[in-house]
Amino acid sequence: MNPGTEPLLALQGVRKVFPKAAGELVVLDDISLTVCSGEIVGLLGRSGSGKSTLLRGIAGLMPLTAGRILYRGTAITGPSPGIAMVFQSFALFPWLTVLGNVELGLHALGVPAQEASRRALAAIDLIGLDGFETAYPRELSGGMQQRVGFARALVVEPTLLLMDEPFSALDVLTAETLRSDFLDLWRQGRMSIRGVLMVTHNIEEAALMCDRVVVLAANPGRVQAEIPIPLPHPRDRLSTAFRQVVEDIYALLTARPPAIARPLGPPAAQHLRHVSTNVLAGLLETVAAPPYDGRADLPEIAEDVQLEADELLPAAEVLQMLGLAELAAGDIVLTPAGRDYAEADTQARKRIFSEHLLTCVPLVAHIRGVLATRPNQQAPRVRFEAELEDHLSEDYARETLNAAIEWGRYAELFAYDDQSGWFSLEDVTA
Amino acid sequence: MHRRFPPLPVWLTRPNRWDLVAAALVFGGLASVIVAAREMRVSLEILDATPIALDPAALPGYAARTTLRTFAALALSLTFTFAIATLAAKSRRAEKILIPLLDILQSVPVLGYLSFTVVLFLGLFPGSVLGAELAAIFAIFTSQVWNMTFSLYQSLRTVPHDMEEAAVAFHLSAWQRFWRLEVPFAVPGLVWNMMMSMSGGWFFVVAAEAITVGTHTIDLPGIGSYVALAIAERDLAAVGAALVAMLVVIALYDQLMFRPLVAWADKFRMGETAAAEAPRSWLLTLLRRTRLVRSTGTSLRRRVHAIAMWRPAWRAVGVPLSRAARTRIADLLYYGTLTVVALAGAGLAVALASGIGTAEILHVLRLGLFTLLRVAALMAVALVVWVPLGVLIGLRPRLAERLQPAAQFLAAFPANLLFPLAVVGIVHFKLDPDIWLSPLMLLGAQWYILFNVIAGASAVPNDLVEAARSLHVRGWLWWRKVMLPGVFPYVVTGALTAWGGAWNASIVAEAVRWGDTHLVAQGLGAYITLHTEAGDQARVALGVIVMCLFVVILNRLLWRPLYDTAARRFQLR
Repeated sequence: MNPGTEPLLALQGVRKVFPKAAGELVVLDDISLTVCSGEIVGLLGRSGSGKSTLLRGIAGLMPLTAGRILYRGTAITGPSPGIAMVFQSFALFPWLTVLGNVELGLHALGVPAQEASRRALAAIDLIGLDGFETAYPRELSGGMQQRVGFARALVVEPTLLLMDEPFSALDVLTAETLRSDFLDLWRQGRMSIRGVLMVTHNIEEAALMCDRVVVLAANPGRVQAEIPIPLPHPRDRLSTAFRQVVEDIYALLTARPPAIARPLGPPAAQHLRHVSTNVLAGLLETVAAPPYDGRADLPEIAEDVQLEADELLPAAEVLQMLGLAELAAGDIVLTPAGRDYAEADTQARKRIFSEHLLTCVPLVAHIRGVLATRPNQQAPRVRFEAELEDHLSEDYARETLNAAIEWGRYAELFAYDDQSGWFSLEDVTA
Repeated sequence: MHRRFPPLPVWLTRPNRWDLVAAALVFGGLASVIVAAREMRVSLEILDATPIALDPAALPGYAARTTLRTFAALALSLTFTFAIATLAAKSRRAEKILIPLLDILQSVPVLGYLSFTVVLFLGLFPGSVLGAELAAIFAIFTSQVWNMTFSLYQSLRTVPHDMEEAAVAFHLSAWQRFWRLEVPFAVPGLVWNMMMSMSGGWFFVVAAEAITVGTHTIDLPGIGSYVALAIAERDLAAVGAALVAMLVVIALYDQLMFRPLVAWADKFRMGETAAAEAPRSWLLTLLRRTRLVRSTGTSLRRRVHAIAMWRPAWRAVGVPLSRAARTRIADLLYYGTLTVVALAGAGLAVALASGIGTAEILHVLRLGLFTLLRVAALMAVALVVWVPLGVLIGLRPRLAERLQPAAQFLAAFPANLLFPLAVVGIVHFKLDPDIWLSPLMLLGAQWYILFNVIAGASAVPNDLVEAARSLHVRGWLWWRKVMLPGVFPYVVTGALTAWGGAWNASIVAEAVRWGDTHLVAQGLGAYITLHTEAGDQARVALGVIVMCLFVVILNRLLWRPLYDTAARRFQLR
């Protein structure tokens, strides 16, 4: 922390737990971090690391289970006037004009109509929206809509700005323009904000904008590492220093987090990311082929196959779980089985996949086991869903089961009828 | 107008024990109304009612009175909707009982309410027609209110989470959120349901104006009473004049209210892109362009805005998060009271029914089966006719654009005005009333099937139609594999509405008259009508309860699975 800066936000031992039938689901565990004035801090993490949950806690939208969040030394108990938020989905009110949307927060604070209108117009002007005051959100492009989102946040003159993946719903070019416009305003000090905390899954974006990146580990969400990024602005994406930062973050995200004792359920109730078998096959083929020949740098391959980090990493992790690839220091390396898979024909691929699925994914083995012991070799979906929901949230339980279903169907380990919601061993030759 | 496939109606839930509680409450309520009415000695001779004149010159006045009644009921419905739907959406305890309760209430035939409440209302205002007026308005209210309430409730429960968060993050209080976010979000659905309710209301206003209390008939000045008198005097010309008057009223309602409101509500639609064909109204466009209207509109808007953004001075910004206090004791008290009241209600209803006897109850159940048979057969016929026609219309955008409003218009027309023509026909050709009265039940409701199918066929993606054509899918295969699955969700929606309408209409359609000629079909509707005329409240209650049970049980056993299938297998995204 430089002299002359003050801590705007301080999190102390923040914990968030959702009660479940069997025990509890820990989403955030003992999170401590600070945001000082003059800083843009990025929150990065895999899915399941609870970064959006954490941001909502700071915004005062959701009570915490334990720990404290201090905004300028005072504990936050609800939405606090010095904090504003920009949403991933823009969250604009479609029945209000641009001006109406920007004014709304001021009216809620009881600012007189004339002053509200003056300040709103100034914010609209600052963010480059003049001429669009009377337009309705649906008349605007995504980029313009998110500008309204920014103007709405800035007009209440917050000290701390929270951003929840603000550019991820935009196309690449628009996102780039908005980022650099925002950074210009930030560096020129034309906004009231003194500090920014942004959630992102885009590693390059974090490296481009942030002064410091906090990496969260998943299940439960906890601080894994903090990386300062001391590069001067404007940053050059092609410079070696910049590339190194990106590499470092990738390496952190793919490193196996230190094992901790978790009050989570049996192995068969682990959360599975639903990654399509097509994506898995495509990734294996790409890494196996030249120029990678079985070993690829993740940032490089992300660019090559046009996948964002939050799409590429889950796929890579599933391959790791299946024993078809290893992740180390920001690289993906195929195992011998992974190479065999990439070179095999359709039937042989299915055989390899099914062997690895049975040995490496306890849930699939569990489903097979249950079906085999039943006299008619059938079981309903709800049976497994209920088991999973004892340990996972409803969404995670559904995703986990859907992943098991798609993989199991592809591997021809069991059949599943979506109409009736029943698993069976019928028509399965294996 | 093109509408997206509506989601599963909130009331079409899986049966649970709250349904039993709700049924006990409703039936107990009906029984207690009867008991209360027995206590009241209503003298009908001194009612200050003015006699109805068959002079066509009086028709505009009658039409205005009829319209006024409908609007009074609409105002009442809106008030009820905002109070009850909000309560159900915000209170966990209230929600549990209110939703099944509203479901049972909406299954009670509308004219059943009339038979019940008229004595009660007359007793409240002895010697004045005000009681009869209120009874009529109440009956119309019961025909309008339920779907409006369900619509608002459903909207309030499905406000997008991110917008709710944005509103909280920007410090809007609960009051401000309600008016600036939740209500605007609910407007399109509410307006649509309001307009549908108004359309359906004409049928009941016509039926509710000539009220029978025992041997007496009270005629409230209006088109319905005019027609009733014309029927009694066998004046076909007067019936014709009333038809024309009704057509004019509905056309005015359509142009001056329905269209402008629906076009205005489009502003509150969610969704990123502007609709290709936004609903339009010449009146709304005119109003928006008129300077005077614009300037008064601005000041009105400012005032509305001030109310919506009102914040008590003593409540500071940044209200802390609070979780609703949930105490076991309060829960216990609440559910305990409900149980006791429900048990008492059930006891009262059983006591009333036991006075009637098992044989009579079995007889009523048999009549219910007859009516069910009639409704089912008619639905089958209507589907066979209107689904293919609706598809052919819907696939021709130009034609659909023109015929869709016509179908909506026809759905609003009170079909009971046409009943006399049917009676004349049946008597003339000496037909069997058990069969030939049946079509009257679906005369008004069939249009719901038609305009939903038109909307469904227009919504089938053109790509699918073209893909089928390029694969040379034709004839029966085309219907079976392409078009019928494509419109299936819309058919279910339309048929469910028509189904409810047919049961309601059975009360007026199974027993009709023309002068001294009475035509009665064997059925539950006729049973209710005849006992209403005889003033036998207990038997009316029995009939109403049985009809209500038929509708509720079949909704759960038949329509719920159909809706599930529609949503799961046939929804086009």
